[in-house]
Parts: sequence; C-alpha cells; structure tokens
Amino acid sequence: MSAVDLEARVSLSEILREARVTEVLEQLDRDLVGLTPVKTRLREIAAFLAVEKARNGLGLASGAPSLHMSFTGNPGTGKTTVAQRIAEILHRLGFVRKGHLISVTRDDLVGQYIGHTAPKTKEVLKRAMGGVLFIDEAYYLYRPENERDYGQEAIEILLQVMENQRDDLVVILAGYKERMETFFRSNPGFSSRIAHHIDFPDYSTTELEQIAVGMLERMQYHFDAAAARAFHEYIERRRQQPHFANARSVRNALDRARLRQASRLCSSSVPVDAQALSTLTERDIRASRVFFDANRSE
Amino acid sequence: MMTNHGARLTQGQFSFLPDLTDQQITAQINYALERGWAIGIEYTDDPHPRNTYWDMFGNPMFDLKDAAGILKEINECRKTFPRHYIRVTAFDATRGWETPRMSYLVNRPPIEPGFALERQEIEGRAIRYTVRSYAAGKPESERY
Repeated sequence: MSAVDLEARVSLSEILREARVTEVLEQLDRDLVGLTPVKTRLREIAAFLAVEKARNGLGLASGAPSLHMSFTGNPGTGKTTVAQRIAEILHRLGFVRKGHLISVTRDDLVGQYIGHTAPKTKEVLKRAMGGVLFIDEAYYLYRPENERDYGQEAIEILLQVMENQRDDLVVILAGYKERMETFFRSNPGFSSRIAHHIDFPDYSTTELEQIAVGMLERMQYHFDAAAARAFHEYIERRRQQPHFANARSVRNALDRARLRQASRLCSSSVPVDAQALSTLTERDIRASRVFFDANRSE
Repeated sequence: MMTNHGARLTQGQFSFLPDLTDQQITAQINYALERGWAIGIEYTDDPHPRNTYWDMFGNPMFDLKDAAGILKEINECRKTFPRHYIRVTAFDATRGWETPRMSYLVNRPPIEPGFALERQEIEGRAIRYTVRSYAAGKPESERY
C-alpha cells in the first residue's frame, strides 16, 4: 500500500464540481418533481463516491465500492428516469467507464430452451460492461412455481458477474416493492450484493399536477383555469381506481385530452389561432371516463 | 526462417512485437469499438499462412461499448484452447469496406516449431516451393 499523505488537503466540492456532478444533481432537482428521499439518497451516493475518490488520491484504502442498487416503487414513479441519471453520475465520477444504460427485462436474459439462457445473459452482460444494467421487474427472473425455470440460471450468472466484475458494470434491479421483497427473500444472494435499496414513494396529487404542467410545457400546451381545476379532480378520482400508475397515468391522461382537443377543434368550422391550438379546456378533461363511470373499473 | 529466430508466427498486426499484454489488448479493442467495428475471436492449430479461415469462438460481438466483455471472452477462449493460436479481428461493416480492419494474435502455443520449406525439382531443373508447418504433420489437437 502506498504511503498516506497526511499533509495534503483535498477539496471534495472541487471533485464534485470538476466531475460536473453537481450539474446533474441540480438538473435532477429541476426536472423531477418530488422524490425527496430518492434525491437525498443520490446526493449521499455522489458524496460517498467523491470521498472514495479523494481517499484514493491520498493513498488511503479504498476498495471498489459496491454500487449495485435496487429501486422499488409503484409504476410511474420515475425509476427508469433516475437510473439514467445515476449512469451519468457514475460515469462523471469515473466509477463506470462508458456510462450507458442497458435496460432489459426477463425476456432479454432468459432463454427458451436448455442451453439458451447462459449465452443470452452473457451477451447482455457484455453489452452492459462499462455502463449500467437496468433490470426492470427483476422478480420475474425467479419463478418458484416452476423449479425447472431457466430464470435461476440467469440469476446465477448475474450474481457471479455482480461479485467478480464490480469495476466493470453496475446492476440496478427495479420493480414493485412487495414483489421485490419476496424476490430478495428467496434469493438472499442478491440482497447481500446490493448496497443501496432505494424506495420510490408515490406522488401526491399536487406533485402530479406539477408533473402534468411540466409535461404540457414541454409539449407547448397549457390548461386554462377551469381545466386545471378539472384536472385536479381527475387525479383525485383516478387515484381511487385500479391500475393507477402515477406519472405514467398523468401522461396518458394528457395524451387523451390532446386527442379530444384535436377532435373538438376539427369539428368546429371557425379558424383557429395558436392560442386555441395550445389550450386544453375543461371540456377536454371532463369528457374522460373517470368522471362518469367512476365505479366501473378502467 | 533465418530472420525469425524463435520461429514465432508473424501474422496480423503487432506480430513482430512482444506479445500484447491484456492492457494493450484492451486499448486495441477500445480503438476498434470507438469506430463501431464488430469484434470476433478466432482460433486455429493450423497456422499455415494460406489458412485464412480460422474457427470462430462464439459469435461475433456487435453493439458493445466496452472492452471488458471482450477481454472476458478472450480469456475464456484461452482457457478452452491454451495451446492454440487465438486472434482478434475487428470487422468494419461500412459500405465500401465490409472487411476486417484489424487482426492480431492474442495467444500462441508455448513452443512453435515453425515451417519447413520443401523444394520439389520439376522439369528443366526448375524448383517448386512449398511451405509446410512442422506441427501440422500431427493429427488435430496433438499439434502443439
């Protein structure tokens, strides 16, 4: 081991600034509404990585930190989006070499017949080397009801690479909370190899409204005052119904509202201006199924 | 083969240099990946210069971003065929090229007996030359 330099001083904020990590974190704050626990955790990880880098620079012991993570949370809470940002942060701090994100599900890892799984999984792992491997709905890998399921084989290969090639790739498992917990219970190997368990909370109605406004802004649309009120009510009602998927439901609702706006504009013979083309009115929102058959599912 | 004392095989790039280290191989692979070339690993125990088609180890590797995965595959191949010649080729699929752009050895047998030059006397005292690998006289898998 090299001698520890006791005199040297390192500026951690310098490291973060130099790697332009602060920039990514700030952008994350701006772009993603809510998610406070996630953002706090990301800051902690970024800080930890900076410290690790500084220790390395001064010759203090710094084992390659285990960076595998699990993201749990309901659908539409921003797991994939955050994974992309993590890849960026890890790349900027130099903990992954290329910083790309490979997003896969069970289909990409598990084969259809004997001897098909290992090459398939290895192929995906090879593609993910130097970046981040994001496994969505990871619990589908493990099917306890079928003991000859090939998922187990994929799990074993994954575990081996997660352990032996920690410098080469970071694995992020994602999925719904309860099912992920069952998955970790039946595969203790995974649980112990994952250092960061991050839980994504559901969005509050206000947060979803903010998200909606942000989405509309990016598409150059806006609500009029009545429509904004109607949309608040829409979210409240939609929450109570099954298959509510947070931000994804909001995006779908907005897409449908845009459809209704389009057909409303086309059916009238009056010439339209830019203002009319970019305004969603109360009628476009209130026409949704959510308002008149609230007690029927979907 | 007077100019090549150890009778080391000199095919492809870097073959007159000492064997590449894994770090150097990684750098070469990264060079190819940056240019979007597909990497293949090939092996043979018949290194005759006219034997261009070697056996492929696994599939050619497309869409990779980092050399770590390929190096792993190379090591796997070295484990399976420790006494064979192994080379890495980088294929450029760009229209107009469509050909390997790089090819270099990453593994060679511990002892390389080299090649014999055979002279056949034909009509009018003319000579016909043939290059024959000493190792290729033995059956496959016993050559090195």
